[in-house]
Amino acid sequence: MIAIINYGVGNLKSIRKAVEKFDKTILTSNPEIINEAEGIILPGVGAFKPAMDNLKKFKAIIKNAEVPVLGICLGMQLFADVSEEGGINEGLGIIEGRVVRFPKEVGKIPHMGWNEVEFSYSNSHSEDSLLIFRGIENRYFYFVHSYYYKTKEEYVIGWTEYGIRFPSAIMKDNFIGVQFHPEKSGKNGLKLIKNFVELCKSY
Amino acid sequence: MLAKRIIPCLDVTLDERGVRVVKGVEFVNLRDAGDPVELAKRYDEEGADELVFLDITASAHGRETMIDVVERTAEEVFIPLTVGGGIKSIADIASLLNAGADKVSINTSAVKNPEIVRDASQIFGSQCIVVAIDCRRNFDLNKGKNIIRLEDGREAWYEVVIYGGRKPTGIDAVEWAKKVEELGAGEILLTSMNRDGTKEGYDIPITKRISEEVNIPVIASGGVGKLEHFYEGFVHGKADACLAASVFHFREITIMEVKEYLRKRGVKVRI
Repeated sequence: MIAIINYGVGNLKSIRKAVEKFDKTILTSNPEIINEAEGIILPGVGAFKPAMDNLKKFKAIIKNAEVPVLGICLGMQLFADVSEEGGINEGLGIIEGRVVRFPKEVGKIPHMGWNEVEFSYSNSHSEDSLLIFRGIENRYFYFVHSYYYKTKEEYVIGWTEYGIRFPSAIMKDNFIGVQFHPEKSGKNGLKLIKNFVELCKSY
Repeated sequence: MLAKRIIPCLDVTLDERGVRVVKGVEFVNLRDAGDPVELAKRYDEEGADELVFLDITASAHGRETMIDVVERTAEEVFIPLTVGGGIKSIADIASLLNAGADKVSINTSAVKNPEIVRDASQIFGSQCIVVAIDCRRNFDLNKGKNIIRLEDGREAWYEVVIYGGRKPTGIDAVEWAKKVEELGAGEILLTSMNRDGTKEGYDIPITKRISEEVNIPVIASGGVGKLEHFYEGFVHGKADACLAASVFHFREITIMEVKEYLRKRGVKVRI
């Protein structure tokens, strides 16, 4: 069973429907259910600060999770130490990094639409870290965001170009974050979600 | 690099059989060519980057039906979905987003009450608020602020029109575009009435001007008749996305043909 944490932000329908294609899925704000899940998804649409406020009671559960955790868009950004969105706000501190706004020079903000993800793994990861991308042919995913996650190269498993080259997928231990929306990325996105579910089953 | 987007638009209405896509189509191997959900799935398979549903009934009963269509689509189609037509309140927006729409498109009610754009973008986030701007060339140069040179050398300003183009507002479209960006719109869906339905191509002068004036994505709409028009929209009009309805509905052009055509000419698309 995969638990999608419902902490009162955004529309969770699409992500739930997408995960349901592959496994039993519960949209929940009950810490006990989250604790029993085989995998956790931290979704996110909206602003950083209210999301962190709403997430308070789940903070420990997420940080101490021993099953795979997938953070999507804002859900990924919440893994950072701090975010500059709406002032300086502290994040969960799971994967070393800072969330910053795209510089004006990149062009239109938000970065909205389909962009390519270049899969990559550094020495600190094994090739297994790319399991989440297994079987994905073309590399387009759907993005909509104005801030991006600055982190060390060793945590990056996907890069994307939008005026600058930024981390669009990151990983550390059992935590995986994607800046794009797999639940809006057609076949590629569904494949990634399927890979995540399989990862949870075999973890 | 970010790909240019191709967006089919489905005009959805009610008839005696229930909810239908207005413009008739001859789809092969499609169970129900008039069912917007089936069509949405088909367009997704053909490579559509996003979908737009436009509710042209815009009655109370139509609204309920639209919510049902959005819910059924969201269960089966995993690309972004925008819904527009007759949206008047924050409650309307909330119910469409809850049903599974990713964005809503506001047109007449934004002109009548610009604060709805600000409120909606603060509540739901700019990324899900699209402002649709319908405009028409006006050759009375004393009345407009932004005089634009047309392809044939004449000059005009573009006036915002509402109620499906029936009512001129006196508002300059370039000024209005800048204003909605300021209010928090995340995207602009621009339709020129001078081109809508003509198959002569997008209205390039206004598309280019607005795309250069604002820092949010612009979707060109109205007038596509052939493949070159998409190229012109992106390259000359500087649009971030190109929308079309009838050429796709009538199978005159397929989405894949558009993308192959653009790719060969160096426009980045998702194939």
